[in-house]
Amino acid sequence: MFEKALRGGIKYWSAVLVLALVILVGFIFYLNQLHEGLAVTGMSRDVSWGFYIAQFTFFVGVAASAVTVVLPYYLHDYKVFSRITILGEFLAISSVIVCLTFIFVDMGMPFRLFNVFLHPAPSSPMFWDTVVLSGYLILNLLIGWVTLGAERKKTAPPSWIRPFIYLSIPWAISIHTVTAFIYAGLPGRHLWLSAIIAARFLASAFASGPALLVLFCLFMERYTGFKPGRGPVKALLVIVTYAFSANIFFILLELFTTFYSGIPAATHPLVYLFMGLHGFKELVPVMWVSVVLAIISLILLLVPSFRERTFFSIFAAVGVILSIWIDKGFGFVPAGFIPNPMNRITEYSPTMTELTISAGVFAIGLLILLVLYKIAISVREEV
Amino acid sequence: MSLNRKDFLKKAFKTGLLLFGGSSLFEVVAAGELVKQKGPEAARSIQWAMLVDIPRCLEAGECVDCIAACDRTHNVPHIANKKHEIKWIWKEKYENSFPEQTYEYIREDIGKGEVMMLCNHCGDPPCVRVCPTHATWRRKDGIVMMDMHRCIGCRYCMAACPYGSRSFNWSDPRKFIPEKAINPGYPTRTKGVVEKCSFCNERIDIGLIPACVEACREKALVFGDINDPGSNVRKLLQKRFAIRRKPSLGTEPHVYYMI
Repeated sequence: MFEKALRGGIKYWSAVLVLALVILVGFIFYLNQLHEGLAVTGMSRDVSWGFYIAQFTFFVGVAASAVTVVLPYYLHDYKVFSRITILGEFLAISSVIVCLTFIFVDMGMPFRLFNVFLHPAPSSPMFWDTVVLSGYLILNLLIGWVTLGAERKKTAPPSWIRPFIYLSIPWAISIHTVTAFIYAGLPGRHLWLSAIIAARFLASAFASGPALLVLFCLFMERYTGFKPGRGPVKALLVIVTYAFSANIFFILLELFTTFYSGIPAATHPLVYLFMGLHGFKELVPVMWVSVVLAIISLILLLVPSFRERTFFSIFAAVGVILSIWIDKGFGFVPAGFIPNPMNRITEYSPTMTELTISAGVFAIGLLILLVLYKIAISVREEV
Repeated sequence: MSLNRKDFLKKAFKTGLLLFGGSSLFEVVAAGELVKQKGPEAARSIQWAMLVDIPRCLEAGECVDCIAACDRTHNVPHIANKKHEIKWIWKEKYENSFPEQTYEYIREDIGKGEVMMLCNHCGDPPCVRVCPTHATWRRKDGIVMMDMHRCIGCRYCMAACPYGSRSFNWSDPRKFIPEKAINPGYPTRTKGVVEKCSFCNERIDIGLIPACVEACREKALVFGDINDPGSNVRKLLQKRFAIRRKPSLGTEPHVYYMI
């Protein structure tokens, strides 16, 4: 099937080329980081995780969100998703690779990464995260390839793949739960020390992932020979609406407990994020962008006459993705370190090097996605 | 010499036994100086602890003897950029060290004074719990150790430590230690690994007390086995009232601050 990725038009190849260039530039900057150390990033003794780990967190969510198409299709035989399930699975594959790459570039000693398997530490959520992420990658590669191969031969997928598909459903939940546990079990990091983190992560994942799929479906509808049709988009938007509402609800629960109890240490990071703390307010504007986007998108999603119009659904999907990305991929990680254990504030913003390397990692993900989607679309066009 | 597989395994097993037995024997003998030869069973129940006498330390004013001794002994670099600092033992304002045990009208000398911060060598250390490679672990005598050769630099331990006791080498630390100042008896570190106070395990193992304790002329730092009822630290704790940082987190810190 892979040969399909090697036959494409000028647009396809120029996209490949552009992405390859971005990867190359990112790689050159990464070599510099490797040489100089992580001092080239904006991270510090106080804010020791930044943009990389935040992206990792966001993309674990995107990876897990494949379940929003896999579950209705395979468990409920929801036929509307029959043709886009593969898009969800392939999105999961590229997202997991993005996650693993972000972990790699964040390591101080990347070439020792295999120590995680050489000296396994079951007490560490990070150990489990590498286990579940690798497992999830393998599962989706297997399922995606086998089901698409079957489709190509115009046969039903072999029955032995079924158990793997069923397994992939709880497995998807597990990757984001374990990712949440990385944060939610740390004494003294009050923004993270909350039982709702895993639930919030899953809700935001099940909103942002399908929102991405909506954009991909609309793109394919317009520019490729594969027409998913309005059905899947409509169904995906309903999922986005429910999940996004749940996400906002969970955030409000968090705000209630934190501010009604009024425990100062617990309120500090949230005050820092939305109002600024002791004059430090670098993240405040961007957090309010997230809030405003969330409100507008939610209205567009909730009102059927908006949701059913392509223009508004694009706006809502982009709004949901951006809003959640700011929350999870920008604010949540650094703010967990603010203030530091000594009640002092060191702010964080990513450096150009950090952003360039991250762009390279995004490009790796996009390139893999492009190639996989190209294969999927070519098979569809053929059938 | 040829070795078949069976012989190799046998030899490897024996060597392993020797190494394993040898290392524990070493610990017992070496720690002996400090625990007055109480046999291997006693060695297993040692829990090293430090007492910081806040008023006495404050009397010394600007004194940084303990910090200087530690930095010299362990090749701790002095990095001007605050964001990249490496700190094993350092001064911090009381109100920042004990944010939950301060108030507006607190006694000025203590409340506005500075106290010594270092790794608490917790009885239940969150850093050890989260480390994905066992690069940080708790020794039988309670010292929370770092293996800088195994550390992958993920910095999870820094997120987990509720005391801010851990530092990451954001760049090559050797650039920041003048060549003349390097102590050849202790390894310098590389970029990309986490480090922290080790309670001077290398000194304890040969019967010495930690370098900071030794350097303190005011005797404001006291070190001993808190599991031993007859130890200096236990006796002092009966005489003086002491507090610990963030006790509510259940980490069981082993640095005590005498008021």
